[in-house]
Amino acid sequence: MLTTSLILVPLIGALIVVVVPLPRTTTAGLSFLVALLEVGLWIVAAGRYDFADGGLQLGASRQWVESLGISYSVGFYGYSLWLTGATVIVCAAAIGYALWIGRDRPRAYHALMLFLTAAVVTTFVAQDLLLFYIAFEAMLIPLYVLVGVWGGERRLAATLTFVVYTMAGSLLMLAAVVAFGVTQGTFSLTASGTSDNTWIFLGFAIAFAIKAPIFPLHGWLPLAYREAPVEVAAVLSGVVSKTAVYGFIRIALPKFPEPADDLSGVILVLAAAGLLYGSLLAFRSLDLRGIVAYSSMAQMGLITMGIFAFDDLGLGGAVLQSVAHALISASMFLLVGMVERRCGTDELDALGGMARGRPVLATIVLIAGMIALAVPGSATFAGEFLIMAGVYAQGWGYSVIVALAIVLAAMYMLRAISAILHVKPGRAVRDEALDLRAGELALVLPLVLILLVLSVWPALVSDRSFPGQTPVGTSTEVVP
Amino acid sequence: MIDTPSVDWLALSPSLALLGGAAIALLASVIGPRWTRTGVAAGAAFAGFVGAAVFGAVVFDQTPSPEILLNGSLARDQLAAMAQVILGVTGAAVVLLAWTERRDAVAGEYYALLATAGAGMAFFVSAENLMTLFLGLEWFSLCLYVLVAMDRERATSLEAGLKYLIVGGFGSAVLLFGSALVYGATGQIGFGEIASANVTDSAFLFAGLAMILGGLAFKVSAAPFHMWTPDVYQGAPTSVTSFMSAATKTAAFVAMLRLLVTAFPDQSDVWTIAVAVLAAVSLAWGNLAALAQRDLKRLLAYSSVSHAGFMLMAVAANSERGGASLLYYLVPYSAMSVGAFAVVAARERELQRPVTFESIAGLGWERPLYGLAMWTFMLGFAGFPLTGGLFGKLFVFSAAYDAGYWWLVIIGVVATAVSLAYYLNVVRWMYMRSGTELRVAVAGGSPPRDSALGAAVAVCVVVTVGSFFFVQPILDAATDAASSLPF
Repeated sequence: MLTTSLILVPLIGALIVVVVPLPRTTTAGLSFLVALLEVGLWIVAAGRYDFADGGLQLGASRQWVESLGISYSVGFYGYSLWLTGATVIVCAAAIGYALWIGRDRPRAYHALMLFLTAAVVTTFVAQDLLLFYIAFEAMLIPLYVLVGVWGGERRLAATLTFVVYTMAGSLLMLAAVVAFGVTQGTFSLTASGTSDNTWIFLGFAIAFAIKAPIFPLHGWLPLAYREAPVEVAAVLSGVVSKTAVYGFIRIALPKFPEPADDLSGVILVLAAAGLLYGSLLAFRSLDLRGIVAYSSMAQMGLITMGIFAFDDLGLGGAVLQSVAHALISASMFLLVGMVERRCGTDELDALGGMARGRPVLATIVLIAGMIALAVPGSATFAGEFLIMAGVYAQGWGYSVIVALAIVLAAMYMLRAISAILHVKPGRAVRDEALDLRAGELALVLPLVLILLVLSVWPALVSDRSFPGQTPVGTSTEVVP
Repeated sequence: MIDTPSVDWLALSPSLALLGGAAIALLASVIGPRWTRTGVAAGAAFAGFVGAAVFGAVVFDQTPSPEILLNGSLARDQLAAMAQVILGVTGAAVVLLAWTERRDAVAGEYYALLATAGAGMAFFVSAENLMTLFLGLEWFSLCLYVLVAMDRERATSLEAGLKYLIVGGFGSAVLLFGSALVYGATGQIGFGEIASANVTDSAFLFAGLAMILGGLAFKVSAAPFHMWTPDVYQGAPTSVTSFMSAATKTAAFVAMLRLLVTAFPDQSDVWTIAVAVLAAVSLAWGNLAALAQRDLKRLLAYSSVSHAGFMLMAVAANSERGGASLLYYLVPYSAMSVGAFAVVAARERELQRPVTFESIAGLGWERPLYGLAMWTFMLGFAGFPLTGGLFGKLFVFSAAYDAGYWWLVIIGVVATAVSLAYYLNVVRWMYMRSGTELRVAVAGGSPPRDSALGAAVAVCVVVTVGSFFFVQPILDAATDAASSLPF
């Protein structure tokens, strides 16, 4: 019931927001309250989850289409709990940001944001293949409109490429879902067995690879992240991309152990290539959004390497890194938005010198940037270290690439930080541009604080993602 | 003393209810006071369609096992009954859609013809021999020829009527010729008797089967027999278009399924391939052609060709699961189709001009409810979640995959991907372009009041979304219906 209410609360909130004609700020405020309530519900769920026991908990199940074995079943594994947590927090911050800046057409906007929240949460708790597919696909509906209506100048091109890419993936997945479900006689993820069909595996893997995105399927990413409203970009890069992580961990690995093992080499190479390529692109990017966007791509490559390391270090690291990246990329995007609002641009050329007289902004950007570049002692460093250690078993070369990527991350992040804060004031930086306001701080600070907590105690996530389970590859047991 | 066959009036009741409605509509347009004529005619047609749906539901409930009536000419079974329910609800929604559109001198005839066409379809879906099949086909086709050409002041309507008459007449002739060949080969006209005549290798039989299939493919507008569809859909009055896109398809698909499965089980290795090829061609052609359309009615016409492709996949599966998925598919499809044309009709009335992409710019913001409804229908056509379109596609794909047509599933998936381009384009124009900036559409103000049309759209949205959440009851009914055929 608790899990179901995590899905229903934002849905009902969306319905109320769109139906009840309230004044602008009230609408946005109500939507923010719903998002906070969602965070509260998640905290209750996290409190009830018994980590000592592990496995599937807080489940609910109801028959939907009996003859095909389709059911509405939801529940939490350790890692789904963490991914959901990142989702509700990032979505709340994004909705709060929209409230702060007062987005146009608030009823439609906030209804879509809440709907998006519900869809992402459903993806992370789905224990039925079709429910997963439905949620995976339902995310597209609000994203399409959110980018297309509230986005930047080239929003139409951005929505088009985004939808074409992701739908190509989704439909491949639909074919795979049909083939898998019909062969198994059930769509339930808990009841179905494994399959050794490489084609079906590829259908899933390609869909997830597009969503993540993994090199070379990242064609939609630069435009979408640049043209989306910042808080939508935050959700997109922070949590929507993580549905791919859940898909890999929950479906691609446990349901297709043999094909996953056979193709792990290819996937690892592509993920490593994406990690390096994304980092280099971020380093060469001329605008802040570009840096955050390409660094997200790099991070997703890294996380995928952790997953396909096939051992508990790598998997734990991948989940930790997913959560950390969700928070860091959301706070980076929100900070970029705040800088954009002050300067009207995010081009590195036009920025600079913002640290002078704006201590709060400088401090927050610096802390967030330091965590993003995986400074030793940070949550991201812990994640990258675990992944590096985990993937070593698959070949020392991968570990070298991960280490190299940490250096590259330092390069592009430091470049971004100094482009905003240091050097001489850029032409777009006016003297009267304000420091971070209290409202803005209230949105970013919680994200940064959570990251600091995770930096102190990374095992909170990494050791509690797969409690009581043997990850795939190390024995005959499959992941969940 | 002549033996008269005993008549099962209940089995005929859906058709009779509609004929009664048609008679009242026609009389009312002659004898009533002038100001009551359109209202009474529309009300009578509406009552007829609702009655047909209710009687269909009663027949569905009262017919646990199929029966053959009237010397083997009609079947009373759950398949026909379910189709009659779909037809009745579709027709009722179409009457609501037409309510404010039809206020002219020929309103009585319009509603009478609509109800008669519905009666013909209700008869057609229970046809159990080649004679009644042809009779039913001509019955509703003749009504539709006139309905299409009803807007006499518009040249396109007359052109569409003529085109439909000629092509439709040709299709009927092909079907009739095919029936003659089948009769020649087997000496039987009853579907069951044709199957039990055990003629397996007659060239006449195969030629006849091919021609009957071709004739029915005209009616379901499967490529390459769809050439009339875009022109006729565009030219016909929008309410008639919506009726044709949903009801004609329902009737023709149910008749096709019944005919192929009952009469030609031994030839199934041939016709399943033929139907699968038709499906593939329809999917490819319909979707690619739809990409190039700017007129919404033409776009929806090509979209209906591509949906014919999806439904043919279900027929090609030649299994109970395939039949059930076809019947399930028809439910959300009919709702989305009528609903989408209803929104087009609303816009048409508001702007008094054909509805193109330019004229729906900003519709989503100016008319939020119509916009939301159209959005739902487009997502439904594309098979997105939260609409029955998703389960329709899923069931059809599963049935085809089960029957070994994995290549057809792949074509279906690719076709769905292509279809997104034009369905989402509609959404894009509605929400992401502004009418004021293009100076085409009216901006602001309140739309003309049209609560009947609004109700029709609302019903369609409810069915489209409801068939997603309440799949099981519809699928159960569809499975029962499909099980009345000898798979």
